[in-house]
This record gives sequence, C-alpha cells and structure tokens, in this order.
Amino acid sequence: MSAFAAVAAVPDPELRAVTIEDLGILREVRQEAGRVVVTITPTYSGCPAMDVIRADIVAALRAAGHPDAEVVTVLSPAWSTDDITAAGRAKLAAAGISPPHAVTGGPVPVRLAVRCPRCGSLDTEELSRFGSTACKALWRCRGCVEPFEHVKAI
Amino acid sequence: MSADTDFVDYLLRRGDDCLVTAQRLGEWYAGAHEMEEDMALANIALDQLGTARLLLTYAGELEGEGRDEDALAYLRDDPQFRNCLLAELPNGDFGHTIVRLLFLSAYQWLLYARTADATGVDERWAAIAAKARKESAYHLDHSAQWTVRLGDGTDESHRRAQDAVDRLWPYTAELFESETTDGRALDPATLRDDWLSTVDKVLTEATLSRPADGAFEETHTGGRRGAHTAHLRDLLAELQSLHRAHPGATW
Repeated sequence: MSAFAAVAAVPDPELRAVTIEDLGILREVRQEAGRVVVTITPTYSGCPAMDVIRADIVAALRAAGHPDAEVVTVLSPAWSTDDITAAGRAKLAAAGISPPHAVTGGPVPVRLAVRCPRCGSLDTEELSRFGSTACKALWRCRGCVEPFEHVKAI
Repeated sequence: MSADTDFVDYLLRRGDDCLVTAQRLGEWYAGAHEMEEDMALANIALDQLGTARLLLTYAGELEGEGRDEDALAYLRDDPQFRNCLLAELPNGDFGHTIVRLLFLSAYQWLLYARTADATGVDERWAAIAAKARKESAYHLDHSAQWTVRLGDGTDESHRRAQDAVDRLWPYTAELFESETTDGRALDPATLRDDWLSTVDKVLTEATLSRPADGAFEETHTGGRRGAHTAHLRDLLAELQSLHRAHPGATW
C-alpha cells in the first residue's frame, strides 16, 4: 500500500466515523531518502487525541511496509472546520454527528439552522456550547426530541 | 538583558497565564452548578493548557538550557513564574470565576488576534496566536454570556457579579504593563483601550459598573517579575506534586 493511502485511512480517535484526511488535519505525506514524513495539524491546541493520532500514523505506516516514519506537527495555517471534506461531512452526518456550517461563507452573514442528523428537522436548539470533546457542542432536536452532537464551526 | 531573554520572558508570561488559568478552571470540574458548565470550564481549561504547552515548549527552546515544557511547568518555583496575579487568585464563587475569565479572555483574544494579523512579529509566536485566537473567541463569548446572565439576573447574582468586578478590577492594570519586545511581539500596553471598550460593552449589557480610571491609588502588580501572592504557591504545590514526587513520571 502506498504511504499516502495508509496514512489517509487512519481514523480520528475521537470521531471514529471519519479519517484524518476527511477531517482535514492531514497536510502532507512525502518521502525523504527512504523515510516517510507526515505533516499534520491539530484541530484544537489542547486536543488530547494528537498523541494517539501520531502513534496510529506510525503504526499504519509500519503495517504498510514503511517502518521509517516521522510525524511533524504544524500550526499554520490554523485548522478550520472548512477543511473537513465533503466526504467527511457526509460520514459525520451518517454517524449522527451534525457537521459544521461554513466559516467563510457568502457576502451576507446568516446564522444557519442546524439540521438534526437523525430526522432532518431544522427545528433544533443548542443545549450546551461545549460537548464531549473540544470540537463539539451539544444540541437537541425539537422534532424527534433526540439530543445530538454538532461540530462547532471555527 | 539580551533581546532573546526579553522574548523568552514574554513567551513565559503568556504561557504561564494559560497554565495557571487552566489549573484554576480545572478545579471547577465536577463542582459547577450544572453538568454543561463542568464541560464548558473543563474544555476552556484544556484549550488554555494546549496553548500553554506550545508557548512553554517554544520558550524552552529559545532559552537553550535544555528545559522542555515539563521542566518549565513542574520544576520552577513561584518566583520564576511570570503569570499575572489576576490568573492565580482563588476561584471564589462562580461569579468571580466568570468575571475573571471575561477580563482574561478579552485580553488574550485581543493579543492573539493582533499578533496573528501583525507583520514583522516572530513567525512561530504568530502561528500559535492564530491558533489560539479562534479558541479564545469562544472563551470570551462564553464568559460574556454568563456575565450578562449573572449581572442582569437576580438581585443576588447581580450583587455577587458586581462584587467580583470591584474586587478583581485593581488586578487588571498589570495586564497592560509595558513589555520590551524588540519588535518580535506586540507590547500589551497597546491593547488597553480596545480591552476597555470590549469589557465595557459586556458590563453595560450586564448592568454592572466598573471603577473609574484612577479610582485606585495602588494597583496589584508583581506577577510579571515573579512577585506573587501566596495563592500561587498553593496552586503549584498541587500542580507539581506528582512530578516532584516521581520525577519523569509518564503514563
């Protein structure tokens, strides 16, 4: 398996439905004199999943026949939820996690309603601005009355 | 002092503000009035800790004496810490915690945003600031919403929030003491006017008033040069106990 394919398939430890490529935190995979150098960026500065992600990348590369690997973390440009791919958004919604709206949108700023990932209703409300992980808030659907998680747009 | 020493101190002041704030907010965990607030304060603490790690790591590298983030966080005594006194004060009640977070996060947000947009400042510090600004905008928003809710709430919540503003205000002047930066960073002294208008807007909406400029003959300062209150010693005793008892412990 190519080094890129192996790294791109690594799932995010806290959002298991998406890979690090879907999430947009995988910046680059390059070969340097027989060694694979992977560049990633954190979602939040204090994201506790970063150590696990680094270890998972090294393990995935070893399993794919690339034992010599290095993982580099960069901060700039800072990660945005706009970096989540279209495929990543679809996978999040399918897993019951409402994907974020666009941070950089059109010329008119509008507060978009958050769609319930279970029943599709737009009649939803925010319960808590902070959720089970740094990247999510807790919402509730007034239609089906189920709570759900929403990835905060940053 | 050499330019490098000044800049290392500058980074330590920012990093120590974050580290001490993270520790104080962490004390609320499982102690807030609702589970949502436990999660909120813990999440904010985690952001602060993340920024502290980036800043202390960088300060240690520039210093060039082989100290990493752990050595700086766990093996310095209180006179070597450079955080502002405001950050180290005990939490007090929820109103005090929120008003303190409002004052601090307005300061951090302005500093990070300005730094990220500035030209000519140190590149790595600007990258850390660009990362932290998004998180700190959320902290400011959260503390502003609560300040309004408490100030414009019941008589009792208003009384407590006003008490917090009155008690904490004399500690805010320290945030804007001028710092030598040699062009690699912004002098925090340049932020005060914008900080005042940011904070004033929230306080007005919260029906709270703040002391007029010059209302205090003496303000509380000293943290930036290592002269701390006894509260920091207690905080560090807890923060550092495990690392000092078991040097190099990992899990």
